[in-house]
Amino acid sequence: MSIDVRKLTHIYMPNTPFESVAIKDIDWTINDGEFWGLIGHTGSGKSTLIQHLNGLLKPTSGEIIIDGKNIHGKDVSLKSIRQKVGLVFQYPEHQLFEETVAQDVAFGPKNMGLAEEEVSKRVKEALELVGLSYEEVKDKSPFELSGGQMRRVAIAGVLAMKPEVLVLDEPTAGLDPRGRDEILQEIVDLKQKQNLTVILVSHSMEDIAKIVDKLAVMYKGRMVCQGNPREIFQDYESLVEMGLGIPQVTELMIKLKGRGKDVSSDILTVEEAREEILKKIRGKGLA
Amino acid sequence: MREITIGQYIPGNSIVHRLDPRTKIILTLAYMILLFALNNFYGYIFPAAFLILATLLSRIPVRYLVKGLKPLVLIIALTFVLNSFMVKGRVIYELGPLDITYEGLSQGAFMAIRLILLITGTSILTLTTSPIALTDGIERLLSPFRKIGVPAHELAMMMTIALRFIPTLLEETDKIMKAQMARGADFESGNLINRAKNMVPLLVPLFISAFRRADDLAMAMEARCYRGGENRTRLKELKMTSLDIATYAVFVLFAIGGIASRFM
Amino acid sequence: MKITAEITAKNVYYQYSADSSLALNNINLTIKPGEFVAIIGPNGSGKSTLAKLFNGIFVPTKGDVFVDGLNTKDKDKIWEIRRKAGMVFQNPDNQIVATVVEEDVAFGPENLGIAPEEIRRRIDEALRTVELTEFANKAPHLLSGGQKQRVAIAGILAMKPDCIILDEPTAMLDPVGRKEVISTVTKLNRQEGKTVILITHFMQEAVCADRVLVMEKGRIVMEGKPNEIFSQVEKLKQYGLDVPQVTELAYLLAKDNVPLPRDILTVEEMVDCLCQLM
Repeated sequence: MSIDVRKLTHIYMPNTPFESVAIKDIDWTINDGEFWGLIGHTGSGKSTLIQHLNGLLKPTSGEIIIDGKNIHGKDVSLKSIRQKVGLVFQYPEHQLFEETVAQDVAFGPKNMGLAEEEVSKRVKEALELVGLSYEEVKDKSPFELSGGQMRRVAIAGVLAMKPEVLVLDEPTAGLDPRGRDEILQEIVDLKQKQNLTVILVSHSMEDIAKIVDKLAVMYKGRMVCQGNPREIFQDYESLVEMGLGIPQVTELMIKLKGRGKDVSSDILTVEEAREEILKKIRGKGLA
Repeated sequence: MREITIGQYIPGNSIVHRLDPRTKIILTLAYMILLFALNNFYGYIFPAAFLILATLLSRIPVRYLVKGLKPLVLIIALTFVLNSFMVKGRVIYELGPLDITYEGLSQGAFMAIRLILLITGTSILTLTTSPIALTDGIERLLSPFRKIGVPAHELAMMMTIALRFIPTLLEETDKIMKAQMARGADFESGNLINRAKNMVPLLVPLFISAFRRADDLAMAMEARCYRGGENRTRLKELKMTSLDIATYAVFVLFAIGGIASRFM
Repeated sequence: MKITAEITAKNVYYQYSADSSLALNNINLTIKPGEFVAIIGPNGSGKSTLAKLFNGIFVPTKGDVFVDGLNTKDKDKIWEIRRKAGMVFQNPDNQIVATVVEEDVAFGPENLGIAPEEIRRRIDEALRTVELTEFANKAPHLLSGGQKQRVAIAGILAMKPDCIILDEPTAMLDPVGRKEVISTVTKLNRQEGKTVILITHFMQEAVCADRVLVMEKGRIVMEGKPNEIFSQVEKLKQYGLDVPQVTELAYLLAKDNVPLPRDILTVEEMVDCLCQLM
C-alpha cells in the first residue's frame, strides 16, 4: 500500500484574523514497506501533516491518495482509511480509558465491527507484539501499569486494528533511556515481523539515524528535503539553522573532515564511527 | 487550537480600559437594573446614549459589539416574534389563528431593544476588562462578605485557574478526540443515547488528565508558598481614581434621566 | 549576595505507604551553597522523590533533611524552607497558575506578602534573567514548552531563593526547549550564584554540573565529577542510562587500544584528541 501526498496545504481557521498556514505544498510519496523518519522543530507542521495521512484533518487544498484513491473522495470510507493507517499520538497512554487492558486494546477492533472471537485473537496478538504478556496484563486496569507499559498498551490498541502503515508521533517522549531503547527495538521488530510501512516522528537524531531508511525534513510548514538520512545529515549547518541537529558521531566526522582529515563523514552510528576511525588510525600504524 | 483567546478581551489603554474593574462591574450591574426599570421607549435614550458614549471612549470597533450579538440573534428574534403574537390589542395582520397586534409589535420591539442594550452593555465590560482584572474586581467586591462566609479569595482563585486551563484542556480534548477517532471512534453519528455512550472514551481520559493536572498544580502552588488568601499581597492593587468618581457621576445623571422618563 | 543554604540529607528513608518498597534507602548527602548538582537515574530510581524531600513537599519516613539548618519536619519553618529552596516541575503546563506571564511570576512573591513595588522589581529582574522580558504580558498557553519552563523558573527566582531544584524540567521538551532551559539553569548557577539541583535522565544535561549523582533503586550508586562518572560507560549502561555518543565512542576506541582519554564529553574535545592521532 502506498500513500501519495500531493500539493497538500492546510490552513487553520481560514478567513479569520487567526488564520495560519500550517503546511504548504507538501509532496511526499510513501511506498510499501518503507521506514521513514520525519523531523522538524516544534510547530514546523509535522503533526498537521501526519493527521492528514489517516483523514483526521481535511486538506485545505491538495490531496492524499491511498491505493490510487483520494481518501476524501465519495467512494472511500474514512473508517477503512483509519484502519489501514494506524496513528499513534504523542503520549498515547493519555487516551486509555477502559477498565481492563484487554478491553482497551479491543476498542479499535470492536469499532471495526469484527466478531468477538477475532477481536480477542487480535488483542492477544497485539499485546504480545509490544512485548507484554497477555495473561499477565489482560485483566489489569491500564492505570495500575508503569508509564512504559501503559504506552505499550496504547500502541497495542492501534496495532490490534492491523494497520498496513504505522505512524508514530514521538513514541519515546518522556521515557528514560532504557524505556526508549526498548520501544525503538520493538518498532524495528514490528516492522519486520508484520511487514509494516512505518513513519516515525522524532526529535532525536540519534534514534532516527539508527533505525530509519528514509528521512523527511519539515521547516516552517514546508517539506524542505527528503531522501537518504546519510546525505541529509551531511548538511549540518542547514539543519542547525532549522533548529535541528545531527547525531553527535556524524557531527564529529564532519568536523574531522573540516579539519582536513581524510575520513568519511557518511556515518550514522557509534559503531560505524568506530570502524571508520580505526581504519584510518590503523592505516597510520597507531594502535 | 492554540489560537483560542480567553473571553473576548481586547487590550487597550482607553479611559474605559483604565477604569477600576470594580467600577465597571458595579456600573454594568446598575446599567442592567436601569434597563429593567424603564417602561417606555423614550427611557431607552438614556442607557443607549450612555452605551454609545462608553463605546466611543473605549475605542472598541463597533463590529466587535455586533459580533457579540450574533450568537444571540435567534433569542432576540424569538423574543420579538413571541411578544408580537402574544399581546392582545389592535390587530394589524391575521396569520391563521394568530394575530399580530400593534401593542404586540411595540412590546416585541421594546423587549428586543432591551436585550440588545443588555448584551452590548455587558460586552463593553468583558471587551475592556481582562479576565484577571475581572476576577480581581469580583474578589474585592465580595471581600466584605467574607465575614458571613463568602469565600471571596477562593472563588477568585478558582476562576483564575479555570481561565488559565481552558485553552489547555481544549487542546487536550482535541488531541484525545483525534486519538480515539484514529481507533475508529465515532463522535458524530447515532442517536442521543449512543452518542452519549460514545463520549466515554473521550471523557474518561479527559477527567483523568484534569485530575492529574489539578494534583500537579496543587503541589506546584504549595511549593511556591501558597497558603490561601491570608497575608497575601497583590502585584496590582486596585485603586479608585478621580476618573472612577467622575464616571459614577456621569452614570448617575443618565440614570436620573432614565428614571424621570418613567413619569413622562 | 551571600548564599547560605546548604542542603543536607541524613540517613534518609522514604516510603510512599507502609506496605510499599523503599523509594529512598539510606540517603546521605550534602549539597554545598552555590554548587550545581545533577541527579540522574532511570525512572523509579527515587530521584524525583529525593527532589521533593529537599523543599518539604515530602518529609522523610526516617532520617532528616535540613535546608540551611532548618529541618523540613518542622512545620513552622516549612514556608521559609520552600522560599529558600524553590522547585520547578516536569510538566510546564501544570505549574503555571495565572493567565498572564507576569502575573504568574508574581504569584510566589504575592504569597510571601511582599509589597507591590518590590514585586514589580522582582518580576522585571526575574524575567530579564530568563530572557523573557518581552513576553511579560503574553498568555502562557501561547508560549513554547521551553519558554513556559523559563516562566516557571522566573516564578521561583522572584521569591529570591538560595537554591533551585528542577525535577526533570526538560523531560517533556523538544531539543530546542531543552537547550534553552539548560542554558538558563547554568546561567543561574554561574552568574547568579544559585545552588542548583537538576534531576534529569538526559546525560548531556549533566555535563555542566559540578557533581553528578547516579541513583538506582532508592540509593546513590555513583558520585563524582561529570567526566569521572561518564567515563564509566559500562556501569552506566548497566543502570539503564546512556552516555553522550562521543563518550561511548571514546570508550570503545580506547578498548581497541587507541590512546584516547576516557573522559571525553563533547564533540569538540573528541575532534581535538582525534586530530592529534590522525
